[in-house]
Amino acid sequence: MNRKNEKSALGRRKFLALAPTGAVAAAAGAALLDSETRHDTRLSQDALPPLVADSYLTDAEKALVSAVFDRLIPADDAALGASDAGCVAFLDRQLAGPWGLAATRYRAGPFKPGTPEQGDQSPFTPRERYRSGLKALETRCTKSEGKGFAQIAPERQDAFLQDMEAGRHGPDGKAFFEMMLQNVREGYFADPLYGGNKGMTGWKLVGFPGARYDYRAEIDRPGADLGLAPISLMDRG
Amino acid sequence: MSGTKTREKADVVIVGLGWSGSLIAEELTRAGLNVVALERGKWRDTATDFPPAIDMDELRWATRRGMMQPQAVETVTFRNNSEQEALPVREWNCFQFGWNVGGAGTHWAGMTWRFNPWDFEVGSKVRQRYGQAETTPGLQLQDWGITYDELEPYYDRFEKIAGTSGTAGHLNGSIKPHGNPFEGSRSSEYPTPALKDTRWMGMFRETTTAMGYHPFTIPAGNISSEWTNPLGVRMGPCTYCGYCEMFGCGNWSKSSPQACVLPALTGRDNFTILAEAEVLHATLAEDGKTAKGVVFIDANGQRWEQPADIVIFTAYQIDNIRLLLLSKIGKPYDHKTGTGVVGRGYAYQTISGANLFFDDERFNPFIGAGALGVQIDDYNADNFDHAGLGFVGGAGIMAFSTNGRPIGMADSVPQGTPRWGAKWKQAYAKSYQTSATIFNQGTSFAHRDVFADLDPTYTDRHGQPLLRVTFDYNENDRRMAKYTMDKAVEIGKKAGASRIEPFNSAEGANTPYDQRSTHTTGGAVIGADPATSALNRYGQTWDVHNVFVVGASSFPNNGGYNPTATVGALALYCARGIIEKYLDTRGPLVEA
Ligand SMILES: Cc1cc2nc3c(=O)[nH]c(=O)nc-3n(C[C@H](O)[C@H](O)[C@H](O)COP(=O)(O)OP(=O)(O)OC[C@H]3O[C@@H](n4cnc5c(N)ncnc54)[C@H](O)[C@@H]3O)c2cc1C
Ligand code: SF4
Repeated sequence: MNRKNEKSALGRRKFLALAPTGAVAAAAGAALLDSETRHDTRLSQDALPPLVADSYLTDAEKALVSAVFDRLIPADDAALGASDAGCVAFLDRQLAGPWGLAATRYRAGPFKPGTPEQGDQSPFTPRERYRSGLKALETRCTKSEGKGFAQIAPERQDAFLQDMEAGRHGPDGKAFFEMMLQNVREGYFADPLYGGNKGMTGWKLVGFPGARYDYRAEIDRPGADLGLAPISLMDRG
Repeated sequence: MSGTKTREKADVVIVGLGWSGSLIAEELTRAGLNVVALERGKWRDTATDFPPAIDMDELRWATRRGMMQPQAVETVTFRNNSEQEALPVREWNCFQFGWNVGGAGTHWAGMTWRFNPWDFEVGSKVRQRYGQAETTPGLQLQDWGITYDELEPYYDRFEKIAGTSGTAGHLNGSIKPHGNPFEGSRSSEYPTPALKDTRWMGMFRETTTAMGYHPFTIPAGNISSEWTNPLGVRMGPCTYCGYCEMFGCGNWSKSSPQACVLPALTGRDNFTILAEAEVLHATLAEDGKTAKGVVFIDANGQRWEQPADIVIFTAYQIDNIRLLLLSKIGKPYDHKTGTGVVGRGYAYQTISGANLFFDDERFNPFIGAGALGVQIDDYNADNFDHAGLGFVGGAGIMAFSTNGRPIGMADSVPQGTPRWGAKWKQAYAKSYQTSATIFNQGTSFAHRDVFADLDPTYTDRHGQPLLRVTFDYNENDRRMAKYTMDKAVEIGKKAGASRIEPFNSAEGANTPYDQRSTHTTGGAVIGADPATSALNRYGQTWDVHNVFVVGASSFPNNGGYNPTATVGALALYCARGIIEKYLDTRGPLVEA
């Protein structure tokens, strides 16, 4: 049995020579971790939030998304509407980043339709869904309503979106609707760090205190109105 | 880079460094063995990767699952029955794989259960009490080859390493107030006291007590006070931050390999971690009776051989099965003939319950922790008479307070409310504070039509076949889910809910996008009979004596509980078997 200290045989330095960056969690090669690793408290290279400032949507697309989003989360006395809350800017940045490219999705073929239980089998990325989905939406609306989506009355907009939600615009229309609904909620309730939830409007609406990390005092007051003002990782206003 | 390079031989190579791998590595290195751990994810730790400055970010960690293994790296293919063609599960789903040093134990919720003693002996106990005729045809009810009492010392050790909070209900043979009276007898109290109640937990506790049930605080890997574990590692108290399951803990309060094991382990000279190293398979000696080591691929695409005297797969449930199949260890399950063992005994968790809406409440759901909850076990395991019910097993019925994160809760509005628009907005503003859930976490039993094997079509990024899962609920599980769902509804009524919306995952066909549970189990199960199990009680493969496998894949059936304390106990038991027996004999630890 080989009980000798492997590190002295193939030491840290020697192995790290394979990983020229020299950092412990080097992306190159396999990262050797040893007794020194745990004393390293520097943030990892990818520890900070993945903020993207780029844009993907065209101005016309943004205007259309804005019209849709403001029906999904309209303004009222309680809180801002989606576009005022920054949900369109939020979406635009998300699309410009790795999420827009479906970076985590399994994208190998063959692509086959499958059963409902097998879920979305399409090859589309979110970018592709938005580009083609917005185009289809506008074309259909112009055909049936005689005007673009942003130009029709709010009640007509709602009816149009209800059809989409119910699948009456086909499976791609339904899938695109679901994606927009999920994204507008994300923009409305994610940390303002990502460009939406302006002034923490979404959090104020429901009474979520945001990025707090300690409720040891509050748990002793079950059912109480705690009156906690929200805080964010970034926005303290 | 081309060609395969060879590393120096190790005594032991561990594949996957989550709870299972790190617990085994701790035992084996302490016993003096030279251990190399290969982990395909990155090194992740509290200060470097999820300190409070960046941790409270729902979009990043929960919605986008920043800590989990992307499907682009590996997924499964899925179908409900063998007549269908399996297709890849392309998006985030119920298989929420760990993907870093620490595995899923970094971002788990922390419910730290011991299985009920009955769960380990369902084969013989069901026959004794109800007879074979009572059960659904095709069920594969079998004993584990190890009993609760035999595992008790290892559960005890796991809890002490983890700092588990809770109140004993059955201590050294006597039943204690406030704990779970149905649990197997414990040799000691929980390391740290039970967590506190939120408003909703208090209501559930009061209601179920009045109904004659036996509520208790769920044992939690969210520890309630400071704790120094047997490895000399110190933890701090949970702050009920509500960014727990799917998140790392920035407080050193959540039991995890990082918080509890790795600080002791990484200081040892005979322990090496290679992160970002993905194992492709084990290589067998010519006679097929032993393994020579494993082949892995590093982040540059370089292939390496890691020779070792002992190979241990601790790559979670799916990947343990897959690695066995890719390494050609053990006979694959053949659905047609019902023979073979690798891929047999796959099970899941059967979930039902009720969503409740109250007129006038203030639950403050953001006060939460991953394992914060109250449960009754009156309808779990065999704690009630099943005669005439048409099923065996049951569910833990719980009221939890895990979190109030607003993206994830946005559908928590009464049925019939639009999902968007002004009405939704108003409804959500109210129900955010007034809705609660009763959640039944139920048993799941293996069935001859449910199994895992290698997919004939789809591959991972290295060109290796994905694991193909053929799963649907069986009649036994469907009946159980319905029965316990009705109990949840009764409790909801008594608690004063003005609206009760029952749910039952097992009502229709299963889909991996129903994400009420992540707990898939089985597929490389332990047992006493090589014809129906891939491993003996130590997790040693029957056919290749220097290959051991530990994970939820080892369970012949799933209990009405989360899996990890049982996985931890099996890992420690496996390590003791290696140290105390295998090092001397170098052969099968149990006669086939
Ligand atoms: C959100 C969430 C909440 C949960 N809550 C609970 C709970 O409350 N209670 C409970 O008991 N359980 C819970 N679980 C389950 C729990 O996390 C797991 O049971 C436990 O972490 C499993 O530990 P493991 O070591 O067996 O596997 P893992 O932690 O999955 O570790 C396996 C490791 O192997 C690595 N690996 C896989 N394949 C390879 C390969 N080919 N080469 C190299 N490395 C590989 C993976 O990257 C991973 O790090 C939860 C899980 C999730 C996702
Ligand atoms: S709830 Fe407690 S254990 Fe969980 S992450 Fe927050 S502080 Fe840690």
